[in-house]
Amino acid sequence: MPKMNLSHFEAAVLFALFASVVLGVITKRTDAERLRYGVRCFVYFLAALIGLGWLMHFGHG
Amino acid sequence: MPTTPTKAAAESTPPVSKWAPAVLLGWLIPGGGHFLLKRTGRGTLLLVTVLSMFLLGLMMRGAMFQPQTGDILTTIIYCGGFLGDLASGLLYLLATWLGYAQADVAGHVHDYGTKFLVAAGLMNVLAMVDAYEIAIGKKD
Repeated sequence: MPKMNLSHFEAAVLFALFASVVLGVITKRTDAERLRYGVRCFVYFLAALIGLGWLMHFGHG
Repeated sequence: MPTTPTKAAAESTPPVSKWAPAVLLGWLIPGGGHFLLKRTGRGTLLLVTVLSMFLLGLMMRGAMFQPQTGDILTTIIYCGGFLGDLASGLLYLLATWLGYAQADVAGHVHDYGTKFLVAAGLMNVLAMVDAYEIAIGKKD
């Protein structure tokens, strides 16, 4: 099994992508709604990721 | 004649034979329940997503949880983590039988790997719930 090294950011973005795909697929009723919801979830994940990252940056001084 | 609460609940509960095959297959093979219910596109997306997450977790050398009891936090983390891992179905069973389960080591990549392995199982639980709802006709 090859070993994979990812940064915090890369791992979190991948996590956000996979979680958004699953949430999009299982929650809505039409394909267009699923796509919209999946993209929205991904954007929210990224916003939280970047926001929390900056918060920790300033929190550490 | 008024129905008793138990009888009403029994009448509203769909028969096990209607949803059990889809849910069981969905547990064993991510997206399998959707394939059984002829939702091929969504099943493929779920299979690819859960499989990718699980394989990335293994490649990041994530650890598989073993159930442990002790204080409440240890019990929740280890037993919950074990259930999350187990929810990946055949992926978890194969990885364990083929010796890919690794010991917990320090490091952020390993830590992410462990989370990816558990999250893959939790995503599969969501897929199983979706398959259940489709099987009983609650969802298209």
